[in-house]
Amino acid sequence: MSFLRIKTLLVAGFSLLAVLSVTKSFANETAMDSAKKEKEFNVTETILEHIKDDHSWHLWGDKSIHLPVILKTSKGVEVFSSAKLVDEHHEPIVYKGNFDYKLIEGKLKIVNEQGTIDEVANKQLLDISITKNVASLFVSVFIILVVFLTAASAYKKTGVTSAPKGLQSFMEPIVLFVRDDLAIPNIGKKKYAKFMPFLLTVFFLILTNNFLGLIPFFPGGANVSGNIAFTMMLAVCVFIVVNLSANKNYWEHIFWMPGMHWSMKLFLAPIELIGVFTKPISLMIRLFANITAGHILVLSLICIIFIFKTIFASAIAVPFAVFIGVIECLVAFLQAYIFTMLTAMYIGMANEEHHHDHAHEAHH
Amino acid sequence: MFILEVNPLVLPDIGLVFWNTIAFVVLLVVLGKFAWKPMLKAISERENGIEEALLQADKMKAEIATMQSENEALLAKAREERATLIKEAKEASDKMVAEAKEKAKSEYDKILADAQLAITQQKNAALTDVKNQVGTLVIEVAEKVLRKELSNKADQESYIKQLADGVKLN
Amino acid sequence: MVGSIAAIGAGLAAIGAGIGIGQIGKGAVEGISRQPEAANDIRSSMIVAAAFVEAVALFAVVVALLGNGG
Repeated sequence: MSFLRIKTLLVAGFSLLAVLSVTKSFANETAMDSAKKEKEFNVTETILEHIKDDHSWHLWGDKSIHLPVILKTSKGVEVFSSAKLVDEHHEPIVYKGNFDYKLIEGKLKIVNEQGTIDEVANKQLLDISITKNVASLFVSVFIILVVFLTAASAYKKTGVTSAPKGLQSFMEPIVLFVRDDLAIPNIGKKKYAKFMPFLLTVFFLILTNNFLGLIPFFPGGANVSGNIAFTMMLAVCVFIVVNLSANKNYWEHIFWMPGMHWSMKLFLAPIELIGVFTKPISLMIRLFANITAGHILVLSLICIIFIFKTIFASAIAVPFAVFIGVIECLVAFLQAYIFTMLTAMYIGMANEEHHHDHAHEAHH
Repeated sequence: MFILEVNPLVLPDIGLVFWNTIAFVVLLVVLGKFAWKPMLKAISERENGIEEALLQADKMKAEIATMQSENEALLAKAREERATLIKEAKEASDKMVAEAKEKAKSEYDKILADAQLAITQQKNAALTDVKNQVGTLVIEVAEKVLRKELSNKADQESYIKQLADGVKLN
Repeated sequence: MVGSIAAIGAGLAAIGAGIGIGQIGKGAVEGISRQPEAANDIRSSMIVAAAFVEAVALFAVVVALLGNGG
């Protein structure tokens, strides 16, 4: 009974708090909106803003970390804080460095005196700023390094015969999972060892970034693994590893499929050649689209509250968002698993020994 | 026109690609050298150790089994030997007993035969003696009778009769 | 306008992927109920097949994004 009473009290307290804070923010908004002539709430814009990269990392309220901007232009390298690109209301302003810089739709561009984009100067602009995604990536790299260097040092300390402890015992099954369920069945027992570091790095980098992306506030909140630059880099690495490790047998199967009529061989060669490129491209798009879709889904559900402009919409939106969030946790792991597994599969295909003909015969 | 309208989401940002590549390469090199290599090595070493231990255990088991079977064989052999020994001993003793019996019997037979022989001989000797004495007696009697006959005929005859009654060959 | 058409296209792709993943799930469940001892193998192949089908739907989404400039 007392538990029920406390629960009721808690619920009542939270609802009161929520209603009060919302009315307060609504009051603020209405005050601001009346000044700004009712700025309409645009769902697509809000969601894209959350998914896109940014030069500052939002913490809470109006607090945010202003990340450094690094530019290489025709006038040399330039480094300055992104705080100089916005005014106190977070509206983009022109910063006068070697050129005039302004954030246009979240991207830094060179503008001329009239405030329009200078296309000629922008061609030479190389923006390698530490953006939100880069900073988040560094966080993930730091986490991975700390976790695995600690885990690896445990092997040195306790030796190989003793049972794993702590972090080591948590990470070892995952490493073993990558080895026994992904690498060995797809690449084969003879050759898998060479590719293990690559597969493990890819797996844990994707996994960490997927989970960091699911955290809605500071250490996460960025959309690294749902960014096409990230997945493209990984796909290019996979492409390089697969094609550099490929043996003669693999290339023979691409350009001159054995056991076929010559006309069929001519017909198959371009298809197989396209396949060489579509494999990593499909990896890239799968990861990007899955993670981005998940983020969009969660944000859309939260946006329901703002579309209906009532706190009661959260009764539907929040449980759904939580549900999708749980599914996203599964997807975060699944995508890392699938990316690594397909990578292992492609590597395995590229390294297959010449026993294919027997396999063909066995199938018929 | 179509390409110009591309959503910025699907346009890779060159700065991000740059930093991503650096991060990935750093991760690959550092982890490859300081984390994956020792970890995988340790894991495979441990696995090898376990495998070896298992193999050793199997070997030991097999050894113990062979030892056991050897022991059993030895035991069986010993048992068999004992049995044969006992059997042999028994046989020997039986043989000895039988021999002794045989010998005793033959001795006894011999003694018996000897005794019988001696008895027969003595009997024969005794008989001969008796015959001789009977002869002598007959002669004596005949002598006496002849002497008496000369004096009295009747007496003579009764006497002969008396003598004849007296002499009864057994 | 382009956005709406792209949304319709993405929706159509989602129908196809939904049917495909449904078929995969059906096949996997049937396979597992027929051979429970092969459940692990079936599950991993199911996930991979589902990933392939899903990728097609996501390609459609990306194409929709391509035509739907910001």
